[in-house]
Amino acid sequence: MKVELRATPFDPLLELGCYQAGLDERLSGRYGATAIFIGTMRDFNDGDTVQEMTLEHYPGMTERHLQRIVESAAREWPLLDALLIHRIGALQPNDPIVLAAVWSAQRAEAFAACRFIMEELKSKAPFWKRERTAAGPRWVAHNTPG
Amino acid sequence: MAVRIKYFASLRDRLGRAEDRLDPAVALTVAEVWATLWPDTPLPPNTLAAVNMEYASPEQTVRDGDEVAFFPPVTGG
Repeated sequence: MKVELRATPFDPLLELGCYQAGLDERLSGRYGATAIFIGTMRDFNDGDTVQEMTLEHYPGMTERHLQRIVESAAREWPLLDALLIHRIGALQPNDPIVLAAVWSAQRAEAFAACRFIMEELKSKAPFWKRERTAAGPRWVAHNTPG
Repeated sequence: MAVRIKYFASLRDRLGRAEDRLDPAVALTVAEVWATLWPDTPLPPNTLAAVNMEYASPEQTVRDGDEVAFFPPVTGG
């Protein structure tokens, strides 16, 4: 399992490929399902064009909670491995924000665990989005329902 | 007794600072920490609190050396 905060842009599909290529060889032949979620920055929110976004976090607490969320998923479902990468810092539209990936024997637990990780992250991991629009900067007050 | 307080995101901007320090003579709850620092500012609705990086209720007691944080609802992902 790997959980990471990333301060610079990343390519989620490249990360996914590299991570899967490096999976423990004991997992070879055992996983039949990989579920992934990629969150990408939009150029619109609440009816306005968004030019840039900054992701603030609580150093220490954010990492701890991300780790805990992935560990909870691994307790709830028989996961073989999991990868979670989340951006911090300045983002432009089209920049990936988050990659969540889980590997399991079959799809049901992969879908469920990936969804769980994202919903838990959205409600518990201390991140805050600040958008820059034509009218100036503003904090995003709440997440949109999943 | 020394307590370190941190504020994040819109709450920090609103308060105008990111950190405080408190040396209360008696043990305080999370709510009392806020009320001591901001007697004229009620804790904004939906504000979340953490003690030592774990979510905490307003009634939780704060101990010497603890780090208390106040922040708005989280919006990651």
